[in-house]
Amino acid sequence: MLSPTAITDRVLDVQAVVQAVAGPGHGAVTTFLGLVRDHNQGRRVTHLVYEAYEPLALKALDRIVAEATEHWPSVRLAIHHRTGRLEIGEASVAIAAASAHRADAFAASRYAIERIKQIVPIWKHEYFEGGATWVEGATADPDDQEARAHARKLACA
Amino acid sequence: MRVTIRLFARLRELAGAGELTREVPPEATVAAVWEHLVREFPEMAAYRPSISCAVNAEYARFKTAVSDGDEVAFLPPVSGG
Repeated sequence: MLSPTAITDRVLDVQAVVQAVAGPGHGAVTTFLGLVRDHNQGRRVTHLVYEAYEPLALKALDRIVAEATEHWPSVRLAIHHRTGRLEIGEASVAIAAASAHRADAFAASRYAIERIKQIVPIWKHEYFEGGATWVEGATADPDDQEARAHARKLACA
Repeated sequence: MRVTIRLFARLRELAGAGELTREVPPEATVAAVWEHLVREFPEMAAYRPSISCAVNAEYARFKTAVSDGDEVAFLPPVSGG
């Protein structure tokens, strides 16, 4: 799986995102893994099930890669997101950002995860002791420039 | 004309299906498809301020025109990552 973006129901492989951004001019590669945590808002989480609108989710990931390249032209970015049932400690998202120097790689990686939470049509069904609930975060609007600027601000903080 | 409606997460549960085929008036917009859906599933009405929509797997607006055979998706607030 060397594609820079992917939606998959298989276990994520951090080496796959690293290999997807490999290049001889890179002096840095950052990796980020989002993990399933055993608690949320005071509840004991047992597992999560992720659902995606796959064709649009993939396009949204491609869009995030294109946006990051606009902001940091030297960066290569890869994002793989998992779907289906995930147990505590498993990775739901894997991001790799490579660039000539570390600052851009760190920034692009943070930008990517913030934008994922804003515009990628994926939903988390949280199962906890005593019930289950759909986590509802941001109203997805890729053209919302304020949201994009906010993600960029966090990335450069 | 016929459209395919795709629903996700809580909206899918409210409808009891992730995919529906419905007959809507010609020259309908996404908003008209949504109103059609809400007549069938009134519990969905409260979602209107917080949802996004897509036509043929591209983000769209509620004023976007819909054609025969299109796939119209309604997306509750997202929570990936």
